[in-house]
Amino acid sequence: MSALPLRSREPGPQRFRDMSVKVGWGIVAWVVGIAFFLPVLWMVLTAFKPESAAETWPPRFTFSPTLAQFRLVFSGWGPYVTHSLIATVGSTILVLLLGVPAAYALSVHPVKHWRDGLFFFISTKMLPIVAVIGPLYVIALKTHLLDSIWLLIILYTAMNLPLAIWLIRSFMLEVPSELLEASELDGAGRIREMTEVILPVISPGLVSTALICVIFAWNELFLALNLTVTNAATMPMFLISSVPQEGLYIAHLSAAATVASVPVILVGWIAQRSLVRGLSMGAIK
Amino acid sequence: MAVIDTSTLLAPEPVIRPREASRRERWQRRLPLLPALIYIVIVTQIPFLVTLWYSFQNYFFDVPGGAHWAGLSNYKSVFTSAAFRSALWHSVIMTVTAVIVAMILGVAFALLLDRKFLGRGVVRTLIITPFLVMPAAAALVWAGPMLDPNFGLLNYLLQPFGVHHVAWLSTHALGSVIVVMIWQWTPFMMLIVLAGLQGQPADVLEAAKVDGAGALATFRELTFPFLRPYIELGILLGSIYLVNVFDQVRLMTNGGPGTATTNLPFYLYEQVNNAFDVGGAAAAGVITVILTIIVATFALRLFARVFQFEGASS
Repeated sequence: MSALPLRSREPGPQRFRDMSVKVGWGIVAWVVGIAFFLPVLWMVLTAFKPESAAETWPPRFTFSPTLAQFRLVFSGWGPYVTHSLIATVGSTILVLLLGVPAAYALSVHPVKHWRDGLFFFISTKMLPIVAVIGPLYVIALKTHLLDSIWLLIILYTAMNLPLAIWLIRSFMLEVPSELLEASELDGAGRIREMTEVILPVISPGLVSTALICVIFAWNELFLALNLTVTNAATMPMFLISSVPQEGLYIAHLSAAATVASVPVILVGWIAQRSLVRGLSMGAIK
Repeated sequence: MAVIDTSTLLAPEPVIRPREASRRERWQRRLPLLPALIYIVIVTQIPFLVTLWYSFQNYFFDVPGGAHWAGLSNYKSVFTSAAFRSALWHSVIMTVTAVIVAMILGVAFALLLDRKFLGRGVVRTLIITPFLVMPAAAALVWAGPMLDPNFGLLNYLLQPFGVHHVAWLSTHALGSVIVVMIWQWTPFMMLIVLAGLQGQPADVLEAAKVDGAGALATFRELTFPFLRPYIELGILLGSIYLVNVFDQVRLMTNGGPGTATTNLPFYLYEQVNNAFDVGGAAAAGVITVILTIIVATFALRLFARVFQFEGASS
Protein backbone atom coordinates (compact mmCIF):
# COMPACT_ATOMS: atom_id res chain seq x y z
CA MET A 1 0.00 0.00 0.00
CA SER A 2 1.10 3.56 -0.52
CA ALA A 3 2.29 5.18 2.64
CA LEU A 4 1.94 8.67 1.25
CA PRO A 5 1.29 11.28 3.89
CA LEU A 6 -1.85 13.18 3.14
CA ARG A 7 -1.41 16.84 2.35
CA SER A 8 -4.81 17.61 1.00
CA ARG A 9 -4.33 21.39 1.06
CA GLU A 10 -1.85 21.39 -1.80
CA PRO A 11 -4.06 21.42 -4.85
CA GLY A 12 -2.28 21.04 -8.19
CA PRO A 13 0.73 18.70 -8.01
CA GLN A 14 -0.77 16.74 -5.14
CA ARG A 15 -3.84 15.87 -7.15
CA PHE A 16 -1.61 14.81 -10.00
CA ARG A 17 0.35 12.56 -7.64
CA ASP A 18 -2.84 11.05 -6.23
CA MET A 19 -3.98 10.39 -9.74
CA SER A 20 -0.77 8.68 -10.78
CA VAL A 21 -0.74 6.54 -7.63
CA LYS A 22 -4.25 5.47 -8.48
CA VAL A 23 -3.31 4.59 -12.05
CA GLY A 24 -0.16 2.86 -10.80
CA TRP A 25 -2.07 0.52 -8.51
CA GLY A 26 -4.56 -0.10 -11.30
CA ILE A 27 -1.73 -1.26 -13.53
CA VAL A 28 -0.38 -3.51 -10.77
CA ALA A 29 -3.83 -5.06 -10.42
CA TRP A 30 -4.03 -5.69 -14.15
CA VAL A 31 -0.59 -7.31 -14.19
CA VAL A 32 -1.55 -9.57 -11.29
CA GLY A 33 -4.85 -10.46 -12.92
CA ILE A 34 -3.26 -11.37 -16.23
CA ALA A 35 -0.47 -13.35 -14.54
CA PHE A 36 -3.04 -15.35 -12.61
CA PHE A 37 -5.12 -15.95 -15.69
CA LEU A 38 -2.13 -16.90 -17.84
CA PRO A 39 -2.25 -20.69 -17.25
CA VAL A 40 -5.93 -20.70 -18.23
CA LEU A 41 -5.17 -18.64 -21.32
CA TRP A 42 -2.31 -20.97 -22.19
CA MET A 43 -4.59 -23.98 -21.80
CA VAL A 44 -7.17 -22.51 -24.19
CA LEU A 45 -4.50 -21.36 -26.63
CA THR A 46 -2.81 -24.77 -26.67
CA ALA A 47 -6.17 -26.41 -27.31
CA PHE A 48 -6.31 -24.69 -30.71
CA LYS A 49 -2.83 -25.81 -31.75
CA PRO A 50 -1.99 -28.72 -33.98
CA GLU A 51 -0.20 -31.35 -31.91
CA SER A 52 3.11 -30.54 -33.61
CA ALA A 53 2.95 -26.89 -32.50
CA ALA A 54 2.14 -27.68 -28.89
CA GLU A 55 5.42 -29.23 -27.83
CA THR A 56 7.99 -26.83 -29.25
CA TRP A 57 10.87 -24.86 -27.82
CA PRO A 58 10.49 -21.98 -27.59
CA PRO A 59 6.73 -22.23 -27.01
CA ARG A 60 4.79 -20.87 -29.99
CA PHE A 61 2.38 -18.00 -29.63
CA THR A 62 1.47 -17.78 -33.30
CA PHE A 63 0.18 -20.75 -35.23
CA SER A 64 -2.65 -21.59 -37.57
CA PRO A 65 -5.50 -22.50 -35.21
CA THR A 66 -7.27 -25.79 -35.71
CA LEU A 67 -10.40 -27.37 -34.28
CA ALA A 68 -8.99 -30.85 -34.76
CA GLN A 69 -8.37 -31.41 -31.04
CA PHE A 70 -11.90 -30.35 -30.15
CA ARG A 71 -13.31 -32.69 -32.78
CA LEU A 72 -11.31 -35.48 -31.22
CA VAL A 73 -12.60 -34.57 -27.76
CA PHE A 74 -16.22 -34.45 -28.87
CA SER A 75 -15.90 -37.81 -30.57
CA GLY A 76 -14.76 -39.48 -27.37
CA TRP A 77 -16.44 -37.70 -24.48
CA GLY A 78 -19.97 -39.12 -24.94
CA PRO A 79 -20.22 -41.60 -22.06
CA TYR A 80 -18.12 -39.50 -19.71
CA VAL A 81 -20.12 -36.32 -20.11
CA THR A 82 -23.38 -38.26 -19.82
CA HIS A 83 -22.25 -39.81 -16.53
CA SER A 84 -21.04 -36.46 -15.24
CA LEU A 85 -24.33 -34.79 -16.14
CA ILE A 86 -26.42 -37.52 -14.51
CA ALA A 87 -24.30 -37.58 -11.35
CA THR A 88 -24.21 -33.78 -11.09
CA VAL A 89 -27.86 -33.06 -11.85
CA GLY A 90 -29.11 -36.11 -9.94
CA SER A 91 -27.17 -35.35 -6.79
CA THR A 92 -28.08 -31.65 -6.92
CA ILE A 93 -31.80 -32.43 -7.16
CA LEU A 94 -31.51 -34.87 -4.28
CA VAL A 95 -29.60 -32.29 -2.23
CA LEU A 96 -32.36 -29.74 -2.73
CA LEU A 97 -35.12 -32.25 -1.94
CA LEU A 98 -33.45 -33.22 1.33
CA GLY A 99 -31.90 -29.86 2.11
CA VAL A 100 -34.91 -27.55 1.83
CA PRO A 101 -37.02 -29.33 4.49
CA ALA A 102 -33.98 -29.77 6.74
CA ALA A 103 -33.05 -26.10 6.47
CA TYR A 104 -36.70 -25.25 7.26
CA ALA A 105 -36.58 -27.39 10.40
CA LEU A 106 -33.43 -25.55 11.46
CA SER A 107 -34.67 -22.03 10.82
CA VAL A 108 -38.33 -21.14 10.35
CA HIS A 109 -39.87 -23.49 12.90
CA PRO A 110 -36.68 -24.77 14.44
CA VAL A 111 -36.35 -28.02 16.33
CA LYS A 112 -35.16 -27.77 19.91
CA HIS A 113 -31.52 -28.65 19.27
CA TRP A 114 -31.17 -26.84 15.96
CA ARG A 115 -27.69 -25.61 16.81
CA ASP A 116 -26.44 -29.16 17.46
CA GLY A 117 -28.07 -30.23 14.23
CA LEU A 118 -26.27 -27.57 12.25
CA PHE A 119 -22.94 -28.48 13.73
CA PHE A 120 -23.52 -32.18 13.22
CA PHE A 121 -24.05 -31.60 9.51
CA ILE A 122 -20.97 -29.45 9.14
CA SER A 123 -18.83 -31.82 11.18
CA THR A 124 -19.45 -34.57 8.61
CA LYS A 125 -17.84 -32.24 6.08
CA MET A 126 -14.68 -32.21 8.16
CA LEU A 127 -14.30 -35.98 8.34
CA PRO A 128 -12.05 -36.95 5.46
CA ILE A 129 -13.82 -39.19 2.99
CA VAL A 130 -10.41 -40.51 1.97
CA ALA A 131 -10.15 -42.28 5.31
CA VAL A 132 -13.02 -44.65 4.49
CA ILE A 133 -12.27 -45.30 0.85
CA GLY A 134 -11.24 -48.94 1.30
CA PRO A 135 -14.32 -50.02 3.24
CA LEU A 136 -16.46 -47.83 0.98
CA TYR A 137 -15.15 -49.86 -1.92
CA VAL A 138 -16.08 -53.10 -0.13
CA ILE A 139 -19.55 -51.79 0.77
CA ALA A 140 -20.11 -50.70 -2.84
CA LEU A 141 -18.95 -54.10 -4.05
CA LYS A 142 -21.30 -55.99 -1.73
CA THR A 143 -24.30 -53.78 -2.50
CA HIS A 144 -23.60 -54.10 -6.24
CA LEU A 145 -23.23 -50.35 -6.52
CA LEU A 146 -19.62 -50.42 -7.64
CA ASP A 147 -19.09 -48.67 -10.96
CA SER A 148 -22.69 -47.46 -11.02
CA ILE A 149 -23.90 -43.92 -11.47
CA TRP A 150 -26.23 -44.35 -8.48
CA LEU A 151 -23.25 -44.69 -6.19
CA LEU A 152 -21.88 -41.33 -7.33
CA ILE A 153 -25.29 -39.69 -6.95
CA ILE A 154 -25.59 -41.04 -3.40
CA LEU A 155 -22.09 -39.96 -2.38
CA TYR A 156 -22.15 -36.54 -4.05
CA THR A 157 -25.45 -35.84 -2.30
CA ALA A 158 -23.87 -36.61 1.07
CA MET A 159 -20.87 -34.50 0.10
CA ASN A 160 -22.93 -31.40 -0.75
CA LEU A 161 -25.88 -31.71 1.63
CA PRO A 162 -24.26 -30.12 4.73
CA LEU A 163 -23.14 -27.09 2.75
CA ALA A 164 -26.56 -26.78 1.12
CA ILE A 165 -28.41 -26.96 4.43
CA TRP A 166 -26.31 -24.14 5.90
CA LEU A 167 -26.74 -22.08 2.78
CA ILE A 168 -30.49 -22.60 2.31
CA ARG A 169 -31.01 -21.91 5.99
CA SER A 170 -29.28 -18.55 5.63
CA PHE A 171 -31.72 -17.67 2.85
CA MET A 172 -34.74 -18.83 4.84
CA LEU A 173 -33.79 -16.63 7.77
CA GLU A 174 -34.16 -13.68 5.41
CA VAL A 175 -37.79 -14.39 4.69
CA PRO A 176 -39.62 -11.48 6.36
CA SER A 177 -41.42 -12.73 9.45
CA GLU A 178 -44.47 -10.59 8.56
CA LEU A 179 -44.98 -12.78 5.50
CA LEU A 180 -44.82 -15.92 7.64
CA GLU A 181 -47.20 -14.50 10.21
CA ALA A 182 -49.63 -13.35 7.55
CA SER A 183 -49.76 -16.81 6.02
CA GLU A 184 -50.34 -18.31 9.45
CA LEU A 185 -53.20 -15.89 10.09
CA ASP A 186 -54.65 -16.99 6.77
CA GLY A 187 -54.75 -20.45 8.27
CA ALA A 188 -52.15 -21.82 5.92
CA GLY A 189 -50.53 -25.06 7.08
CA ARG A 190 -46.85 -25.76 7.09
CA ILE A 191 -46.87 -27.12 3.56
CA ARG A 192 -48.68 -24.13 2.10
CA GLU A 193 -46.39 -21.84 4.06
CA MET A 194 -43.48 -23.57 2.37
CA THR A 195 -44.83 -23.62 -1.17
CA GLU A 196 -46.58 -20.25 -1.21
CA VAL A 197 -44.42 -18.06 1.02
CA ILE A 198 -40.95 -19.45 1.54
CA LEU A 199 -40.07 -21.11 -1.76
CA PRO A 200 -40.93 -18.09 -3.95
CA VAL A 201 -38.84 -15.82 -1.73
CA ILE A 202 -35.79 -18.06 -1.54
CA SER A 203 -35.82 -19.33 -5.12
CA PRO A 204 -32.82 -17.17 -6.17
CA GLY A 205 -31.02 -18.58 -3.14
CA LEU A 206 -31.89 -22.10 -4.23
CA VAL A 207 -30.40 -21.37 -7.63
CA SER A 208 -27.09 -20.29 -6.13
CA THR A 209 -27.14 -23.29 -3.80
CA ALA A 210 -27.63 -25.53 -6.80
CA LEU A 211 -24.76 -23.83 -8.61
CA ILE A 212 -22.33 -24.50 -5.77
CA CYS A 213 -23.42 -28.15 -5.62
CA VAL A 214 -23.03 -28.47 -9.39
CA ILE A 215 -19.49 -27.07 -9.25
CA PHE A 216 -18.34 -29.49 -6.56
CA ALA A 217 -20.03 -32.54 -8.07
CA TRP A 218 -18.83 -31.80 -11.61
CA ASN A 219 -15.22 -31.40 -10.48
CA GLU A 220 -15.07 -34.41 -8.14
CA LEU A 221 -12.37 -36.96 -8.95
CA PHE A 222 -11.33 -38.97 -5.89
CA LEU A 223 -14.53 -40.96 -5.42
CA ALA A 224 -15.11 -41.40 -9.14
CA LEU A 225 -11.59 -42.67 -9.68
CA ASN A 226 -11.78 -45.14 -6.82
CA LEU A 227 -15.28 -46.43 -7.26
CA THR A 228 -15.99 -46.38 -10.99
CA VAL A 229 -14.34 -47.90 -14.02
CA THR A 230 -16.35 -47.58 -17.19
CA ASN A 231 -20.07 -47.59 -16.44
CA ALA A 232 -19.95 -44.38 -14.45
CA ALA A 233 -16.62 -42.76 -15.36
CA THR A 234 -16.94 -38.97 -15.25
CA MET A 235 -15.36 -35.96 -16.97
CA PRO A 236 -12.27 -35.73 -14.74
CA MET A 237 -11.56 -39.34 -15.69
CA PHE A 238 -12.01 -38.43 -19.34
CA LEU A 239 -9.15 -35.98 -18.83
CA ILE A 240 -6.96 -38.74 -17.47
CA SER A 241 -7.85 -40.95 -20.41
CA SER A 242 -6.71 -38.19 -22.78
CA VAL A 243 -3.14 -38.64 -21.56
CA PRO A 244 -1.84 -41.61 -23.55
CA GLN A 245 1.17 -43.74 -22.70
CA GLU A 246 3.09 -42.49 -25.71
CA GLY A 247 2.94 -39.98 -28.54
CA LEU A 248 2.11 -36.29 -28.59
CA TYR A 249 -0.95 -35.36 -26.56
CA ILE A 250 -0.50 -31.88 -25.10
CA ALA A 251 -2.89 -30.12 -27.50
CA HIS A 252 -5.50 -32.84 -27.15
CA LEU A 253 -5.19 -32.74 -23.37
CA SER A 254 -5.58 -28.95 -23.39
CA ALA A 255 -8.72 -29.19 -25.50
CA ALA A 256 -10.20 -31.81 -23.17
CA ALA A 257 -9.27 -29.71 -20.12
CA THR A 258 -10.84 -26.64 -21.71
CA VAL A 259 -14.06 -28.45 -22.54
CA ALA A 260 -14.26 -29.95 -19.05
CA SER A 261 -13.64 -26.63 -17.31
CA VAL A 262 -15.67 -24.23 -19.44
CA PRO A 263 -19.13 -25.02 -17.98
CA VAL A 264 -18.05 -24.29 -14.41
CA ILE A 265 -16.00 -21.25 -15.43
CA LEU A 266 -19.01 -19.74 -17.21
CA VAL A 267 -21.34 -20.50 -14.32
CA GLY A 268 -18.85 -18.98 -11.89
CA TRP A 269 -18.34 -15.85 -13.98
CA ILE A 270 -22.07 -15.25 -14.24
CA ALA A 271 -22.79 -15.97 -10.59
CA GLN A 272 -19.80 -14.23 -8.97
CA ARG A 273 -21.89 -12.69 -6.24
CA SER A 274 -23.64 -15.82 -5.12
CA LEU A 275 -20.32 -17.64 -5.36
CA VAL A 276 -19.02 -15.79 -2.30
CA ARG A 277 -22.12 -16.48 -0.30
CA GLY A 278 -22.19 -20.11 -1.35
CA LEU A 279 -18.55 -20.79 -0.63
CA SER A 280 -18.82 -19.24 2.80
CA MET A 281 -21.89 -21.39 3.45
CA GLY A 282 -24.09 -18.35 3.84
CA ALA A 283 -21.83 -16.57 6.34
CA ILE A 284 -21.09 -13.73 3.94
CA LYS A 285 -24.07 -11.99 2.40
CA MET B 1 -23.27 -4.97 1.63
CA ALA B 2 -21.12 -7.91 2.49
CA VAL B 3 -21.12 -8.70 6.15
CA ILE B 4 -20.45 -11.84 8.06
CA ASP B 5 -23.85 -12.88 9.16
CA THR B 6 -24.02 -12.66 12.88
CA SER B 7 -27.69 -13.34 13.17
CA THR B 8 -27.91 -16.90 11.91
CA LEU B 9 -26.52 -18.48 15.04
CA LEU B 10 -27.03 -15.76 17.58
CA ALA B 11 -30.64 -15.07 16.87
CA PRO B 12 -33.09 -16.83 19.09
CA GLU B 13 -35.63 -18.99 17.34
CA PRO B 14 -37.20 -16.55 14.90
CA VAL B 15 -40.87 -17.48 15.02
CA ILE B 16 -40.92 -19.65 18.10
CA ARG B 17 -44.10 -19.61 20.17
CA PRO B 18 -43.77 -18.45 23.73
CA ARG B 19 -45.91 -21.29 25.05
CA GLU B 20 -44.54 -24.78 25.55
CA ALA B 21 -44.55 -26.70 22.28
CA SER B 22 -46.92 -29.62 22.30
CA ARG B 23 -45.86 -33.15 21.43
CA ARG B 24 -47.53 -32.88 18.05
CA GLU B 25 -45.86 -29.59 17.42
CA ARG B 26 -42.46 -31.03 18.33
CA TRP B 27 -42.87 -33.81 15.79
CA GLN B 28 -44.13 -31.38 13.21
CA ARG B 29 -40.90 -29.48 13.64
CA ARG B 30 -38.70 -32.56 13.66
CA LEU B 31 -40.24 -34.32 10.67
CA PRO B 32 -38.74 -32.18 7.86
CA LEU B 33 -35.29 -32.62 9.37
CA LEU B 34 -35.41 -36.41 9.54
CA PRO B 35 -34.86 -37.38 5.88
CA ALA B 36 -31.65 -35.36 5.59
CA LEU B 37 -30.48 -36.43 9.03
CA ILE B 38 -31.07 -40.11 8.41
CA TYR B 39 -29.50 -39.85 4.97
CA ILE B 40 -26.32 -38.23 6.29
CA VAL B 41 -26.06 -40.64 9.20
CA ILE B 42 -26.36 -43.64 6.89
CA VAL B 43 -24.08 -42.44 4.12
CA THR B 44 -21.35 -40.83 6.22
CA GLN B 45 -21.40 -42.67 9.54
CA ILE B 46 -21.89 -46.28 8.51
CA PRO B 47 -18.74 -46.34 6.36
CA PHE B 48 -16.85 -45.12 9.41
CA LEU B 49 -18.20 -47.95 11.53
CA VAL B 50 -17.28 -50.41 8.80
CA THR B 51 -13.83 -48.84 8.63
CA LEU B 52 -13.45 -49.34 12.36
CA TRP B 53 -14.37 -53.00 11.96
CA TYR B 54 -12.01 -53.60 9.04
CA SER B 55 -9.17 -51.92 10.89
CA PHE B 56 -9.08 -54.99 13.14
CA GLN B 57 -9.26 -57.42 10.22
CA ASN B 58 -6.66 -58.89 7.97
CA TYR B 59 -8.18 -58.40 4.54
CA PHE B 60 -6.50 -58.19 1.16
CA PHE B 61 -8.51 -58.02 -2.06
CA ASP B 62 -6.08 -60.26 -3.85
CA VAL B 63 -5.89 -62.95 -1.17
CA PRO B 64 -8.74 -65.47 -1.21
CA GLY B 65 -10.52 -66.39 2.01
CA GLY B 66 -11.89 -62.99 2.95
CA ALA B 67 -11.35 -61.09 6.16
CA HIS B 68 -10.22 -62.55 9.45
CA TRP B 69 -9.53 -61.10 12.87
CA ALA B 70 -6.14 -59.51 13.19
CA GLY B 71 -6.28 -57.73 16.51
CA LEU B 72 -4.15 -54.64 16.66
CA SER B 73 -1.65 -55.75 14.05
CA ASN B 74 -2.89 -53.25 11.46
CA TYR B 75 -2.49 -50.42 13.93
CA LYS B 76 0.95 -51.67 14.88
CA SER B 77 2.09 -51.63 11.26
CA VAL B 78 0.58 -48.17 10.64
CA PHE B 79 2.30 -46.71 13.68
CA THR B 80 5.64 -48.23 12.73
CA SER B 81 5.25 -47.34 9.05
CA ALA B 82 7.59 -44.60 7.93
CA ALA B 83 5.40 -44.18 4.82
CA PHE B 84 2.36 -43.26 6.90
CA ARG B 85 4.30 -40.77 9.00
CA SER B 86 5.80 -39.18 5.93
CA ALA B 87 2.36 -38.96 4.27
CA LEU B 88 0.96 -37.34 7.39
CA TRP B 89 3.83 -34.86 7.42
CA HIS B 90 3.37 -34.02 3.73
CA SER B 91 -0.33 -33.45 4.31
CA VAL B 92 0.45 -30.99 7.09
CA ILE B 93 3.10 -29.13 5.05
CA MET B 94 0.92 -28.94 1.95
CA THR B 95 -2.18 -27.75 3.77
CA VAL B 96 -0.49 -25.23 6.04
CA THR B 97 1.74 -23.74 3.34
CA ALA B 98 -0.99 -23.55 0.74
CA VAL B 99 -3.56 -22.06 3.10
CA ILE B 100 -1.20 -19.44 4.53
CA VAL B 101 0.31 -18.33 1.21
CA ALA B 102 -3.09 -18.32 -0.51
CA MET B 103 -4.44 -16.18 2.31
CA ILE B 104 -1.56 -13.69 2.16
CA LEU B 105 -1.96 -13.37 -1.61
CA GLY B 106 -5.73 -13.27 -1.20
CA VAL B 107 -5.51 -10.33 1.19
CA ALA B 108 -3.06 -8.53 -1.13
CA PHE B 109 -5.25 -9.05 -4.19
CA ALA B 110 -8.35 -8.05 -2.29
CA LEU B 111 -6.67 -4.78 -1.27
CA LEU B 112 -5.76 -4.18 -4.92
CA LEU B 113 -9.30 -4.86 -6.07
CA ASP B 114 -10.84 -2.76 -3.34
CA ARG B 115 -9.54 0.34 -5.13
CA LYS B 116 -11.37 1.81 -8.07
CA PHE B 117 -9.58 1.49 -11.39
CA LEU B 118 -10.37 0.97 -15.02
CA GLY B 119 -11.57 -2.57 -15.72
CA ARG B 120 -11.83 -3.64 -12.09
CA GLY B 121 -14.63 -6.10 -12.85
CA VAL B 122 -12.58 -7.72 -15.60
CA VAL B 123 -9.52 -8.13 -13.38
CA ARG B 124 -11.67 -9.62 -10.63
CA THR B 125 -13.09 -12.09 -13.12
CA LEU B 126 -9.60 -13.00 -14.36
CA ILE B 127 -8.36 -13.64 -10.83
CA ILE B 128 -11.27 -15.84 -9.74
CA THR B 129 -10.98 -18.06 -12.83
CA PRO B 130 -8.28 -20.42 -11.46
CA PHE B 131 -10.66 -21.43 -8.69
CA LEU B 132 -13.27 -22.41 -11.25
CA VAL B 133 -10.97 -24.60 -13.36
CA MET B 134 -11.63 -28.28 -12.74
CA PRO B 135 -8.85 -29.39 -10.33
CA ALA B 136 -8.01 -32.39 -12.52
CA ALA B 137 -7.70 -30.09 -15.55
CA ALA B 138 -5.58 -27.61 -13.60
CA ALA B 139 -3.27 -30.40 -12.46
CA LEU B 140 -2.80 -31.83 -15.95
CA VAL B 141 -2.36 -28.44 -17.62
CA TRP B 142 0.24 -27.42 -15.04
CA ALA B 143 2.04 -30.76 -15.32
CA GLY B 144 2.19 -30.56 -19.12
CA PRO B 145 1.92 -27.23 -20.96
CA MET B 146 3.06 -25.14 -17.98
CA LEU B 147 5.83 -27.06 -16.21
CA ASP B 148 7.24 -29.47 -18.77
CA PRO B 149 11.05 -29.20 -18.82
CA ASN B 150 11.24 -29.24 -22.63
CA PHE B 151 8.36 -27.07 -23.79
CA GLY B 152 6.72 -25.67 -20.65
CA LEU B 153 5.67 -22.03 -20.62
CA LEU B 154 7.09 -21.38 -17.16
CA ASN B 155 10.65 -22.25 -18.14
CA TYR B 156 10.27 -19.95 -21.12
CA LEU B 157 9.03 -17.06 -19.00
CA LEU B 158 11.76 -17.59 -16.42
CA GLN B 159 14.53 -17.74 -19.02
CA PRO B 160 15.57 -14.11 -18.45
CA PHE B 161 16.14 -15.03 -14.80
CA GLY B 162 18.63 -17.75 -15.63
CA VAL B 163 16.24 -20.70 -15.48
CA HIS B 164 16.97 -23.30 -18.13
CA HIS B 165 14.77 -26.33 -18.72
CA VAL B 166 14.13 -27.12 -15.10
CA ALA B 167 12.21 -30.37 -14.60
CA TRP B 168 10.00 -28.86 -11.91
CA LEU B 169 8.06 -32.02 -11.16
CA SER B 170 11.21 -34.05 -10.50
CA THR B 171 13.35 -31.47 -8.74
CA HIS B 172 10.72 -29.38 -6.95
CA ALA B 173 7.79 -31.79 -6.82
CA LEU B 174 6.31 -30.79 -3.49
CA GLY B 175 6.73 -27.10 -4.25
CA SER B 176 5.10 -27.50 -7.67
CA VAL B 177 2.06 -29.25 -6.22
CA ILE B 178 1.75 -26.59 -3.53
CA VAL B 179 2.03 -23.83 -6.14
CA VAL B 180 -0.93 -25.26 -8.04
CA MET B 181 -2.93 -25.54 -4.81
CA ILE B 182 -2.12 -21.90 -4.05
CA TRP B 183 -3.01 -20.85 -7.59
CA GLN B 184 -6.42 -22.47 -7.27
CA TRP B 185 -7.24 -21.30 -3.74
CA THR B 186 -5.97 -17.71 -3.71
CA PRO B 187 -9.13 -16.56 -5.55
CA PHE B 188 -11.27 -18.21 -2.88
CA MET B 189 -9.43 -16.37 -0.11
CA MET B 190 -9.56 -13.16 -2.13
CA LEU B 191 -13.32 -13.36 -2.60
CA ILE B 192 -13.92 -13.80 1.12
CA VAL B 193 -11.51 -11.03 2.15
CA LEU B 194 -12.84 -8.71 -0.54
CA ALA B 195 -16.35 -9.21 0.78
CA GLY B 196 -15.01 -8.18 4.17
CA LEU B 197 -13.25 -5.11 2.82
CA GLN B 198 -16.36 -3.93 1.08
CA GLY B 199 -18.34 -4.25 4.26
CA GLN B 200 -15.90 -2.02 6.07
CA PRO B 201 -17.66 1.17 7.13
CA ALA B 202 -16.40 4.04 4.97
CA ASP B 203 -16.82 6.70 7.66
CA VAL B 204 -14.24 5.11 9.96
CA LEU B 205 -11.68 5.02 7.13
CA GLU B 206 -12.55 8.62 6.27
CA ALA B 207 -12.00 9.65 9.87
CA ALA B 208 -8.61 7.93 9.91
CA LYS B 209 -7.68 9.80 6.74
CA VAL B 210 -8.70 13.13 8.24
CA ASP B 211 -6.63 12.30 11.32
CA GLY B 212 -3.66 11.92 8.99
CA ALA B 213 -3.18 8.18 9.47
CA GLY B 214 -0.96 6.60 6.81
CA ALA B 215 -2.23 3.77 4.66
CA LEU B 216 -0.09 1.23 6.48
CA ALA B 217 -1.24 2.34 9.90
CA THR B 218 -4.85 2.39 8.75
CA PHE B 219 -4.49 -1.19 7.53
CA ARG B 220 -2.83 -2.41 10.71
CA GLU B 221 -5.07 -0.63 13.17
CA LEU B 222 -8.44 -0.63 11.43
CA THR B 223 -8.69 -2.83 8.36
CA PHE B 224 -6.88 -5.89 9.62
CA PRO B 225 -8.83 -6.24 12.90
CA PHE B 226 -12.03 -5.77 10.92
CA LEU B 227 -10.97 -8.44 8.44
CA ARG B 228 -9.96 -10.96 11.08
CA PRO B 229 -13.17 -13.00 11.16
CA TYR B 230 -13.16 -13.14 7.37
CA ILE B 231 -9.55 -14.32 7.37
CA GLU B 232 -10.34 -16.96 9.97
CA LEU B 233 -13.33 -18.13 7.97
CA GLY B 234 -11.23 -18.36 4.81
CA ILE B 235 -8.47 -20.31 6.56
CA LEU B 236 -10.97 -22.67 8.12
CA LEU B 237 -12.90 -23.43 4.94
CA GLY B 238 -9.72 -23.55 2.86
CA SER B 239 -8.18 -26.10 5.23
CA ILE B 240 -11.26 -28.33 5.10
CA TYR B 241 -10.88 -28.63 1.34
CA LEU B 242 -7.09 -28.52 1.01
CA VAL B 243 -6.35 -31.23 3.54
CA ASN B 244 -8.17 -33.61 1.19
CA VAL B 245 -6.18 -32.61 -1.89
CA PHE B 246 -5.81 -35.60 -4.14
CA ASP B 247 -6.24 -34.61 -7.80
CA GLN B 248 -3.05 -32.55 -8.02
CA VAL B 249 -0.95 -35.21 -6.32
CA ARG B 250 -2.34 -38.06 -8.38
CA LEU B 251 -2.13 -36.24 -11.71
CA MET B 252 0.98 -34.12 -11.37
CA THR B 253 3.47 -36.35 -9.56
CA ASN B 254 1.62 -39.57 -8.73
CA GLY B 255 2.92 -39.14 -5.20
CA GLY B 256 6.52 -39.05 -6.33
CA PRO B 257 9.28 -38.88 -7.07
CA GLY B 258 9.55 -41.74 -4.61
CA THR B 259 7.10 -40.63 -1.96
CA ALA B 260 8.10 -36.96 -2.01
CA THR B 261 4.53 -35.75 -2.59
CA THR B 262 2.53 -38.62 -1.10
CA ASN B 263 0.02 -37.06 1.26
CA LEU B 264 -2.57 -38.93 3.31
CA PRO B 265 -5.29 -39.09 0.65
CA PHE B 266 -2.83 -40.44 -1.90
CA TYR B 267 -1.33 -42.86 0.63
CA LEU B 268 -4.76 -44.31 1.40
CA TYR B 269 -5.57 -44.48 -2.29
CA GLU B 270 -2.40 -46.48 -2.89
CA GLN B 271 -3.10 -48.81 0.03
CA VAL B 272 -6.42 -49.77 -1.50
CA ASN B 273 -5.60 -49.64 -5.20
CA ASN B 274 -2.06 -50.99 -5.33
CA ALA B 275 -1.49 -52.88 -2.10
CA PHE B 276 -5.14 -54.12 -1.91
CA ASP B 277 -4.71 -53.76 1.84
CA VAL B 278 -8.20 -52.93 3.12
CA GLY B 279 -7.30 -53.65 6.75
CA GLY B 280 -4.19 -51.50 6.69
CA ALA B 281 -5.97 -48.67 4.87
CA ALA B 282 -8.81 -48.89 7.39
CA ALA B 283 -6.43 -48.62 10.35
CA ALA B 284 -4.67 -45.68 8.73
CA GLY B 285 -8.11 -44.21 8.05
CA VAL B 286 -9.21 -44.58 11.67
CA ILE B 287 -6.05 -42.82 12.83
CA THR B 288 -6.64 -40.10 10.24
CA VAL B 289 -10.18 -39.65 11.51
CA ILE B 290 -9.03 -39.43 15.12
CA LEU B 291 -6.46 -36.80 14.18
CA THR B 292 -9.12 -34.95 12.19
CA ILE B 293 -11.53 -35.01 15.11
CA ILE B 294 -8.88 -33.42 17.33
CA VAL B 295 -8.26 -30.67 14.78
CA ALA B 296 -11.96 -30.33 13.93
CA THR B 297 -12.90 -29.81 17.57
CA PHE B 298 -10.80 -26.68 17.55
CA ALA B 299 -12.06 -25.80 14.09
CA LEU B 300 -15.70 -26.13 15.14
CA ARG B 301 -15.11 -23.91 18.13
CA LEU B 302 -13.52 -21.35 15.83
CA PHE B 303 -16.46 -21.80 13.49
CA ALA B 304 -18.94 -21.01 16.22
CA ARG B 305 -16.93 -17.96 17.17
CA VAL B 306 -16.55 -16.71 13.61
CA PHE B 307 -20.21 -17.10 12.84
CA GLN B 308 -21.18 -15.29 16.00
CA PHE B 309 -18.71 -12.50 15.48
CA GLU B 310 -20.19 -9.07 15.66
CA GLY B 311 -18.44 -6.59 13.37
CA ALA B 312 -15.66 -4.60 14.98
CA SER B 313 -17.40 -1.46 13.85
CA SER B 314 -20.64 -1.94 15.68
